[in-house]
Amino acid sequence: MRKLLCALVLLLLPLSLPALAQDEGVTLQHANINLSNTASLQRGAKFFVNYCMGCHSARYVRYNRVGKDLGLTDVQLESYLMFAGGKTSDTMVSAMPQADAKKWFGIPPPDLSLEADSRGTDWIYTYLKSFYLDPKSATGVNNVVFPHTAMPQVLWELQGTQKAIFTTVKNPDGSTYEVFNRLEPVTPGKLTPGQFDKVDRDITNFLAYMSDPIALKSRDLGLRVIGFLIVFFIFAYLLKREIWKKIH
Amino acid sequence: MSNETQKRDFIDVTGGWLHQLRGWIDARFPMSKLWNEQVAQYYAPKNFNFWYFFGSIALLILVNQIVTGIFLAMNYQPSATEAFASVQYIMRDVNWGWLIRYLHSVGASLFFVVVYLHMFRGVIYGSYKKPRELLWIFGMLIYVALMAEAFMGYLLPWGQMSYWGAQVITSLFGVIPGVGNSLMQWLRGDYAVSGITLNRFFALHIVAVPLVLIGLVLFHLMALHEVGSNNPDGIEIKQHKGPDGIPLDGIPFHPYYTIKDIVGVTVFLAIFAAIVFFSPGLHGLFLEPANFEPANPLKTPQDIHPLWYFGPFYAILRSIPNKALGISAMGLAIVLLFLLPWIDRNPVKSIRYRGALYRALVGAFALTFIVLGYIGMQKATLFWAEIGQRVQELYFLFFVLSWVYTRPRSRGFLVGTFLAVMAVITLFDWLAWDPGIARLKMVSWLIPGVYCVIFLLLPAYFGKLLEPKPVPERVRFK
Repeated sequence: MRKLLCALVLLLLPLSLPALAQDEGVTLQHANINLSNTASLQRGAKFFVNYCMGCHSARYVRYNRVGKDLGLTDVQLESYLMFAGGKTSDTMVSAMPQADAKKWFGIPPPDLSLEADSRGTDWIYTYLKSFYLDPKSATGVNNVVFPHTAMPQVLWELQGTQKAIFTTVKNPDGSTYEVFNRLEPVTPGKLTPGQFDKVDRDITNFLAYMSDPIALKSRDLGLRVIGFLIVFFIFAYLLKREIWKKIH
Repeated sequence: MSNETQKRDFIDVTGGWLHQLRGWIDARFPMSKLWNEQVAQYYAPKNFNFWYFFGSIALLILVNQIVTGIFLAMNYQPSATEAFASVQYIMRDVNWGWLIRYLHSVGASLFFVVVYLHMFRGVIYGSYKKPRELLWIFGMLIYVALMAEAFMGYLLPWGQMSYWGAQVITSLFGVIPGVGNSLMQWLRGDYAVSGITLNRFFALHIVAVPLVLIGLVLFHLMALHEVGSNNPDGIEIKQHKGPDGIPLDGIPFHPYYTIKDIVGVTVFLAIFAAIVFFSPGLHGLFLEPANFEPANPLKTPQDIHPLWYFGPFYAILRSIPNKALGISAMGLAIVLLFLLPWIDRNPVKSIRYRGALYRALVGAFALTFIVLGYIGMQKATLFWAEIGQRVQELYFLFFVLSWVYTRPRSRGFLVGTFLAVMAVITLFDWLAWDPGIARLKMVSWLIPGVYCVIFLLLPAYFGKLLEPKPVPERVRFK
C-alpha cells in the first residue's frame, strides 16, 4: 500500500507542477465561463460575429457545427450569424482581406479558432476589458494585458472609455519607472460594468467553445467510459482472485 | 495444471473442428509451441507486485500509438502549408478524429510515464544485473528510440512549439566540431527547419522509427524470456526447481499474469480515459498552449522548451553555460544509464536487502529526476540554471555512489571519495565563476555538499548504514 502511494505521488507530481509555474506580469481576472451554458454561448456567437468577425476569422469553425452544438437551426444561423451570405457548411472567415488588414493594422488580425487554447480564457477575458486611452497609440488606446496591441477598442461603445493610473517607482540608482496600478472610467458606455462583464464572459465562453468544440460531449462520453471500466474492473478483479486462489 | 486440461476440454467441446484446425496449423506453423513457450509455460516468479504492471501496459500503449497513428496518417497532410490545418480538420471534421488524436497525444505522454516507472522498477530491484544486462540494454535502446519517435512526432502538428523545439534540438548537432554544420543541414534537409524537415520527420515517425521500436521490443521480450523475469526479492527462481524442472516459485504467465495484467490495465485505462476525456491538454503539460498557434519561422516564442518528458535532460543541457559541454553532459546522462549494470555491481539485487543508505540514494535519485524535469520546464533564468546545475550534480552523483556502494569500503576510501568529489565540484565552480551570482553559487554549493556528507561521510563513521540485510533463500509471497 505504501509503495502504491509512493508510485501515485510519483505519477501525479509532474502533473501538479504547472500550477506552481505560473507567473504573469499582470494579474488576470478569472473568466469564470461555463461551457454548458448554451444561452451564454449563443450570445457569445452573436457578439463574435458582430464585433470580432469584422477583422478576425475562425477559419477552422463551420457555421453548421456551431448551429448543431448551440441548438440553432440553419435558418437561425443564416439570419443571425451569417450576414455575408454563403452556405451554412462554410467556415467562419472574415470578409476583411488579409492584405488590407496588414496594411491597416501592421499585422493581420490573428485567427481566433484556437485563441482560448493558446492564450487561455482568463487572458482573453481580462484583455477585452483592459483597454485604456493612450494618445500616443495609433488606435488611441493601449492595453494593460497586451501592451502596444494593434487592436482598437472594439467594445468601447458598450464599455465606455478608461484611463490607466500608473505609480512611479524609484530605482536604487535614482532613475524611475512606471508600474500599472489600476483602471479608472472616463466616459460611461451603454452598459453598466456588470452588464459589460457578462458580455465579455459570453464572448470568452464562445471562444473557449470554438477552441475545443468537443469538450462538452467528451466529458459526457468520458463518464460512461470510466463507468464501464469500473464495472469491468470489479469482474476482472474477482476473476483474478478466483484464479490466484491456488497460489500460496 | 488443472487449468490446462480445462482449456484443452474447451477446444474439444467445440465439436472437435477447432481441435482439428489447431492440429492443421501446428503441423505447418509453431502456433501452440510459441504460445506455450512464450505464455502458457513461461514461468514467472509468483511475487510480482505493483511495479510489474508497467511492462505490459507499455506494450498496450505501443499498440495504441500504432493503431491511432495509422488513422491519423489517413487524414494528416505532411506539408508546411497544410499540416496545422489538417490537424484541426482531424479535430473538427473527421468522425471521432478528436478521440483518435487525443488518444495519440495523451498516449505519447503516458508512454513516457509508464516507461519511466518501468525503468525505475528495474533500478529498485536490480533487474539490470547479471544475467539481465542485455535485457536492460535493449530496454535502454527502446527508450532512446522512443525519444527520437516522440521528438519527430512533436514536429508534425506544426505549431509554434513544434517548430521551435525542432529548431533548437536539431541545432544541438551543429556544435559537433568539424561535421556539425553539415550534419545539422543533412538532418533538416534545409538551412533551417522547414517543410522539407516536416516531410522527412513524418516518414521517420510513421515508418522508420516504429519499425526499429517493434524490433527492439521483440528483442527485449526474447531476452526476457531467455533469462526469466527478476522479481521484487531479486532472487533467481530458477535456482530452486521441482522434479519436473519447473521453478518452485514460478507460475505460468497465462492465466496468472494475463488476468492480473488485465486488472492493472483496467485501472490504467481509467486514468488514461480520465485525461483523454476531461483534460487532454492537462493544463499545458501534454499539449502546450504555444502549440495552438501555427508555426511561424519569423516569430520566436518567449521560452522554448520541450514537452515534460524531455525535461530532465533539457535541464541538464541548459544549466551548463557552455553549449558543447551541456550537450556532452546530456549525452553522458543517458550513456550512464546504459552502463548501470557495470557501475552498480553489488551482488544484492533488490533494494529490499540493500543497506539503508542505498535505499535512501535510490529515493533521492527519483526525486532528483523529477526536480530536474521541473527545472527543464521553467524559464531560463540564472537562478534556475544554477539550481539545475546543482541538481544535475546530484544526478551524476547517483552513479558515483552506486559504484562506491558496490562492495564494503574502508573509512579512508569513503573520506577520500568525498574529498575527491567535492574537489571536482569546486573546480567546476571555479572554472565557471560568475561574480554576478557569487552568493547563489556559494550557497547552492551546499546542495552537493550536504548530499555527499550524508552519502559518503556518514557511512564512513556509521558502517551499518551500508550493510545489506540477509537475503532469503526463496521469494517471499503473502
